[in-house]
Amino acid sequence: MVENRPYRDFFAHAVLITGVLLVAFPLWVTFVASTLTFDQIVTVPMPLWPGDHFFENYKQVLTAGSEKGSSAPVGTMLVNSLIMALSIAIGKISISILSAFAIVYFRFPGRSFFFWSVFVTLMLPVEVRIIPTFKVAADLGILDSHVGLAMPLIASATATFLFRQFFMTIPDELAEAARIDGAGPIRFFIDVVLPLSKTHMAALFVILFIYGWNQYLWPLLITASESMYTVVIGIKRMIAGGDASNEWHLIMATAMLALMPPALVVVLMQKWFVKGLVETEK
Amino acid sequence: MAMEKRVVFKSAWLPYVLLLPQLTITALFFFWPAAQAVYFSFQLQDAFGMTSQFVWFQNYVDLFKDSHYVSSFKVTAFFSVMVATCGILISLMLATMADSVVRGALAYKTFLIWPYAVAPAIAGVLWAFIFAPSIGIVTYFLKQFGIDWNWIINSEQAMLLVVIASVWKQISYNFLFFLAGLQSIPKSLIEAAAIDGAGPFRRFWTIVFPLLSPTTFFLLVMNIIYSFFDTFGVIDATTQGGPGDATKILVYKVYYDGVKAADLGGSSAQSVILMAIVITLTVIQFRYIERRVQY
Repeated sequence: MVENRPYRDFFAHAVLITGVLLVAFPLWVTFVASTLTFDQIVTVPMPLWPGDHFFENYKQVLTAGSEKGSSAPVGTMLVNSLIMALSIAIGKISISILSAFAIVYFRFPGRSFFFWSVFVTLMLPVEVRIIPTFKVAADLGILDSHVGLAMPLIASATATFLFRQFFMTIPDELAEAARIDGAGPIRFFIDVVLPLSKTHMAALFVILFIYGWNQYLWPLLITASESMYTVVIGIKRMIAGGDASNEWHLIMATAMLALMPPALVVVLMQKWFVKGLVETEK
Repeated sequence: MAMEKRVVFKSAWLPYVLLLPQLTITALFFFWPAAQAVYFSFQLQDAFGMTSQFVWFQNYVDLFKDSHYVSSFKVTAFFSVMVATCGILISLMLATMADSVVRGALAYKTFLIWPYAVAPAIAGVLWAFIFAPSIGIVTYFLKQFGIDWNWIINSEQAMLLVVIASVWKQISYNFLFFLAGLQSIPKSLIEAAAIDGAGPFRRFWTIVFPLLSPTTFFLLVMNIIYSFFDTFGVIDATTQGGPGDATKILVYKVYYDGVKAADLGGSSAQSVILMAIVITLTVIQFRYIERRVQY
């Protein structure tokens, strides 16, 4: 540090600890509520220390959903969320790496046209074109299916860009050597480009997994049967009405189940997460 | 795009095959729907969607005559300025502190970044619960201080709730970018200023803050885009635009008018306006980045 001033250091720690506590407060309350009974929660003020209904509540939501609201089991929803998040992450990475490879390693008519047509999709979030996109999905007959949940969301300009930028940094000598050795483009892609892209794929995977898991508006529109709900929209269906009549102990248990998988991915794969976040946005 | 590869492969068909999956999905789920939105925005449909009529800009004219739409613009502007400003200030403060401590920096970082993983809708549910009018724990504490908290009927409190939930979710994002920005500032600059007798605040405003301005600008645009679109989940899980229209931001109104009220023409016209806003923001962003790269 520039200068050694103990009181400044103390101040910095105090601010950071306050920040950490304020950020964690909703999570703590949620966790505590998920271990209480309904009666304990509606007795104001609710306790701020975990109760002993952890296993009952989680078992109830995982296997049978809520009691009064939606009775779809959260276990199924978690599976749907996982399928959606994985298909989006793997789908986006696969189609982006292929198209970036085509754009960087080939010269062909229409190349810059294709490049720009992918580029402008950056500017069209799903929220602004929901109804026409819904119509397309209806015409294709993919409403209320896993394909419908994932497919419209797997085109990605950002991933294509990231791979394009990265391919530009691969030394030309590698491609030249491959060509002299008689390897074609497919061989070069599999033996050289794919192994070199591993770290970028991992970083993107973390970001895209979270993106897919947390989708809300699209699944809300296209899922009709309870067996297709993802956990993020399933929780919304449990909130039936007035705030004292909701089964908050079950809703909060579901909320914990909905946020833990992506939160664990962020915390455990922190290095990839930070790399993916900072690089995809630059 | 100035950068080009010197060594390329030759094939008449392979590049098209490689591009095919990406282009198919882009065409099906981006271009076709966007074109449809523009097309529908010039149409007036009857209540059953059986017949439609080409009406030029009538839907747009109607929108701007509609006081609900104008108020939705104001709500969105206020909401996005609040989310962007609060989020950026809090994150900048936390990042500056995290950059200055020697011990525990990694632990602080871990404990501050996890809300990024929480879906906006879940963030909404969490905050709606602790602020719930009758049973919420924070509502209870506020009552001890004589504050009557009920966001279901009070517009300002409803707005405050969605701002808090949205900022909470976005702090981690801003924090990581500020921290990366701070760590890229050469320590020698700060040391030189310290030797010249500049105190911590002076150093921050004259050296650190100007050097962070590209990051701040980037985050400003990203936060505005976030508060325009990604916060849909926060709103839908908490206030659903209410009470009245107090928290009905533009994207929520597109959804509400198109899905709940089945007004295809009006909703499409709103979509087109939103697209224009996003395109403008993206162009500003790119212009700025290009300029920064030049020097």
